[in-house]
Amino acid sequence: MLRFILIRILQALPVIFVVITATFFLVRSAPGGPFDQEKVVIPEVKKALEAQYRLDLPLHEQYIAYLGDLAHGDLGPSFKYPGRSVNEILFAGLPVTAELGLYALIIALCIGVTAGVFASLRPNTAQDYVPMSLAMIGICMPSFLLGPLLVLVFGIWLDWLPITGWGDIPGDKILPAVTLGSAYAAYIARLSRAGMLEILSQDYIRTARAKGLPEWRVVIQHALRGGLTPVIAFLGPAFAGLLAGSFVVETIFQIPGLGRFYVQAAFNRDYTMILGTTVFLSSLIVFFNLVSDIIAAWLNPRLRHQFQGGRS
Amino acid sequence: MSIVAPVFENAEKGSSLWHDAWLRLRKNKLALFGGSVMLFMVSVALLTPWLAPYSYEAQNLDLGASPPSAAHWLGTDIFGRDVLTQIMYGGRISLAVGFIATAVALLIGVTWGAVAGYVGGRVDAIMMRLVDILYALPFMIFIVLLMVVFGRNILLLFLAIGAVEWLTMARIMRSQVQSLRQQEFVEAAVSVGLSPTAIIRKHVVPNALGPIIVYTTLTIPSVMLLEAFLSFLGLGIQPPATSWGLLISYGAETMEEYPWLLIFPGCALTLTLFSLNFLGDGLRDALDVRGSKD
Repeated sequence: MLRFILIRILQALPVIFVVITATFFLVRSAPGGPFDQEKVVIPEVKKALEAQYRLDLPLHEQYIAYLGDLAHGDLGPSFKYPGRSVNEILFAGLPVTAELGLYALIIALCIGVTAGVFASLRPNTAQDYVPMSLAMIGICMPSFLLGPLLVLVFGIWLDWLPITGWGDIPGDKILPAVTLGSAYAAYIARLSRAGMLEILSQDYIRTARAKGLPEWRVVIQHALRGGLTPVIAFLGPAFAGLLAGSFVVETIFQIPGLGRFYVQAAFNRDYTMILGTTVFLSSLIVFFNLVSDIIAAWLNPRLRHQFQGGRS
Repeated sequence: MSIVAPVFENAEKGSSLWHDAWLRLRKNKLALFGGSVMLFMVSVALLTPWLAPYSYEAQNLDLGASPPSAAHWLGTDIFGRDVLTQIMYGGRISLAVGFIATAVALLIGVTWGAVAGYVGGRVDAIMMRLVDILYALPFMIFIVLLMVVFGRNILLLFLAIGAVEWLTMARIMRSQVQSLRQQEFVEAAVSVGLSPTAIIRKHVVPNALGPIIVYTTLTIPSVMLLEAFLSFLGLGIQPPATSWGLLISYGAETMEEYPWLLIFPGCALTLTLFSLNFLGDGLRDALDVRGSKD
């Protein structure tokens, strides 16, 4: 197990390095400096600004200096908001996005696993078709459509829930979390149905039933652990999707989180902010993929062994 | 020769994989529905310049936003433009992005996977390790980054999305080629002296085609979703061109007063994604492909 974790960590490091390097050179090769579009700046001021942001150095020195800063956890200053560092902006947005993502994930897991397990118990009956058709709609309905539709129905026509903000009015967290979570609920429902169907046809389940265990104990104690492995493995990639989804949801509901900052930085061409956010979000995603792989391997020993014979 | 011929004919008849698949697909109502909708959507997109009730630029500022009526079946937007016309022209771009970006992914992925699988050994290890590394990259963020850095160019959008989606294709193709090379019927083909090109053309490609068709059908909706996502954020298709994602984004801004501006483009996108997913699932069952969707 330890060996598996070490190998996975060693595989993750080059990925983060590739992300940092690619992002850095992409952003630096972007046309136009950050101070070009603004009103004409006196040459001395421009020079001082460029020195402050280290733009006067040759590119490779900038890169090495940036790596040095990163090693200290410093993502640099923001171009657009002078006096604020990327770190400050990110850490202001992180708790909000984390909370939103957590609620969305809880909603997705509760609804998805329940629906998937429920459907798997009576395959190819109405109990299977109804939740699975709903799941298909959930997958095909993009969050940027579902969000406005939910706002229209529950916020405007029915006037039950507030439609913007985060933590200002009670209940304003419900619509964003449901919008973000529903697509994942749908995926999780499909995954858990497929996983459960496979496990429920195994011999050890038949043994458990033959022992005379009640059906709910067979399902909960014996089948769930194996049947939900695909769901656990999906959580890592789902995290990346949740972050990307937060771009949209935070924009729709005007929530001051990481996703909204990222989209704003993209619009403002705030290059240091884009660079810092990309590096930060990418590292988070790689980290969560790592964690979900490790949990999946812990639950399913067969995954661990694929690393022990030395893969070609 | 006269003795061999009947045997050969029998063999031809037995290998009607495509015919079997068609028979299975025909029983799947949802997949047939998906296929018909897609056929309809693509035909409409191709014939839009002739079918559209109004011209793309036509405005009617006096009319403004009006709900669906006999003159404008799906209503008009705030500039008095016909929504049906907008959706038809937007669909051309949305579908084009879906098909072209998928074609890019298909081309890179199949070539990469086939080479890795066929050459094997060191080359294979290096090529697939690269795929593993790229797989772990958070591409959604990278596409946003690319669109910011290089401007919002449609061509770049095709390439960027295609460059993201080829990885799974490469993995599928590689595992197909690898397992096919060890199959007995390929060994048999070698033993009767068929040339490698003939083996690849007659045995490897037709057998690897099923998973590739299935995965292609399932890639198109995810590509279209990605385009709509970027356009919604204002980072994808730029005016004066339009796409379903962009129309949804405009519709969301004014949905309180003019809900039809959100609902109709939303229906067009959802219906298309729905159809493609059903068609893909149906094809997977019909061609008996496993593990092509991860």
